[in-house]
Amino acid sequence: MRNPLSKRIMEIQPSGIRKFFDIASEMKDVISLGVGEPDFDTPWRIREEGIYSLEKGRTFYTSNAGLLELRNEISKYMARTIEVTYQAEKEVVLTAGGSEGIDIALRCMVEAGDEVLVPQPSFVSYVPCVAMTGATPVVIPLQNENQFKLTLAELEAVTTAKTKVLMLSFPNNPTGAVMTREDLLPIAEFVLQHDLYVISDEIYSELCYHGPHVSIASLPGMRERTVVINGFSKGFAMTGWRLGYCCGPEMIIEQMIKLHQFAIMCAPTTSQYAAVEGLRNCSSDVEKMRKSYNERRRFLMHAFQHMQIGCFEPFGAFYVFPDIREFGMTSEEFATQLLMAEKVAVVPGTAFGDCGEGFLRISYAYSLEDIKEALRRLEKFIMKLRGCESGC
Amino acid sequence: MREVQQLRDDILHQLEDNGRIDLSTLAVLIGSDEARVANEVAQMEKEKIICGYSALIDWDKTGIERVTALIEVRVTPQRGEGFDKIAARIYNFPEVESCYLISGGYDLMVILDGRTLKEVSMFVSEKLSSLEAIISTSTHFILKRYKDNGIVMAASKEAERMLVSP
Repeated sequence: MRNPLSKRIMEIQPSGIRKFFDIASEMKDVISLGVGEPDFDTPWRIREEGIYSLEKGRTFYTSNAGLLELRNEISKYMARTIEVTYQAEKEVVLTAGGSEGIDIALRCMVEAGDEVLVPQPSFVSYVPCVAMTGATPVVIPLQNENQFKLTLAELEAVTTAKTKVLMLSFPNNPTGAVMTREDLLPIAEFVLQHDLYVISDEIYSELCYHGPHVSIASLPGMRERTVVINGFSKGFAMTGWRLGYCCGPEMIIEQMIKLHQFAIMCAPTTSQYAAVEGLRNCSSDVEKMRKSYNERRRFLMHAFQHMQIGCFEPFGAFYVFPDIREFGMTSEEFATQLLMAEKVAVVPGTAFGDCGEGFLRISYAYSLEDIKEALRRLEKFIMKLRGCESGC
Repeated sequence: MREVQQLRDDILHQLEDNGRIDLSTLAVLIGSDEARVANEVAQMEKEKIICGYSALIDWDKTGIERVTALIEVRVTPQRGEGFDKIAARIYNFPEVESCYLISGGYDLMVILDGRTLKEVSMFVSEKLSSLEAIISTSTHFILKRYKDNGIVMAASKEAERMLVSP
């Protein structure tokens, strides 16, 4: 019998998170700070609209690109949030979550011979998605001392004649890093000079705690060179609805719609109707969640300071990325021992790239009570490691 | 001045959600320092902006009998005093949990806590209806409490998220 599998798929490593999930789910009384999704239920207005659309029997396919009504709302939303104008008819496509958008954008834009720059630590799907296109992923290891922002020097160092696309993901999962307009300007200038394109994953754009999110697409000359990926999962607490969207120049979006049509047909219809309500009437719900995340972020940073764990202050998403190098263990060893000894689940930084070694991703998409309990256990654990059993 | 107002808003929202929160945690959550927060809380208690702290209890889950009634009351306002005087006559009874002046077909909404239906009825007929200014009352007993003070009373649901996810 011939091998049914392609070489390409066999070369892709499974997600490092999977292993942790398997161990943690076998254990009892685990308290987890390991989840990459909101702890809030989807705002009731949105759920209610979804229920209503089902009652009305809106259970058919929508157009491939998605409901025009929703694309119109997205177009308005982009204009008011990132100040970039996209034509609803031609420059917006609804996808099955932001993840699909990342996949189809890459498949439409690169092929064997191209290089795609992937700053890491970053979301687990970028490198495998690049690999599946046949293009070469080129990792840029970001640095703690730069607060995990991408710098011009780092970009210059790896760009070659083959480089075509730069993947950007700020606010960042797993570090929580954001890039300001000043941080992005030199990157955009470099992209223009070297005739590159950007796929900018802005799924956490609603979760910025220090001034509003800035999209690279809003910088001079960048709109025509950027595909913005966004969606409803994080800001609107709609992970299970699988609804994302991409905005970009017509030339690229047109091809993405073609691919999307063959692979997915259309994004889930119920989710699309519900999302219209989300964009029209739920900004106060989003604001409330953001406020709550921000409180927990402050609480965590305060606790780390107290425990003397090094951690740069992240201003986005719902993650902190503490430095655990003082303990002389790998991230995976630390996370495994923490899980075994204190039953706290966190994700080793290495799940998001080799340069995450020495760091942990801690999610604060949890109630304050959970966070407090997890921190209590974490403190006990590190006290032991530091060799002082009863407080020092 | 605006800064103080913002600080007060932040404190009040936190306390409204959780009156038992300790001030040091509260200060961390809103990004302020404990001394300032403590000072502002004391000040607001003095100014009666913060009027008290209480627990939200689902009495149905206890063995204790309790009856709550909403009573719509129509009254004749009195010259020079409007509704305030008659309202005071009513709200000073300890059984009265809340008392509001409302718009619409009635004037006062009185919320009453009693041990039994009879106790509530007695109160309405003997104390309330017998007041001179009262034109009429209409009593509604609460049968089931679904949500109170922003809190859904139903049992909390199990966490359904996966333990670890990207």
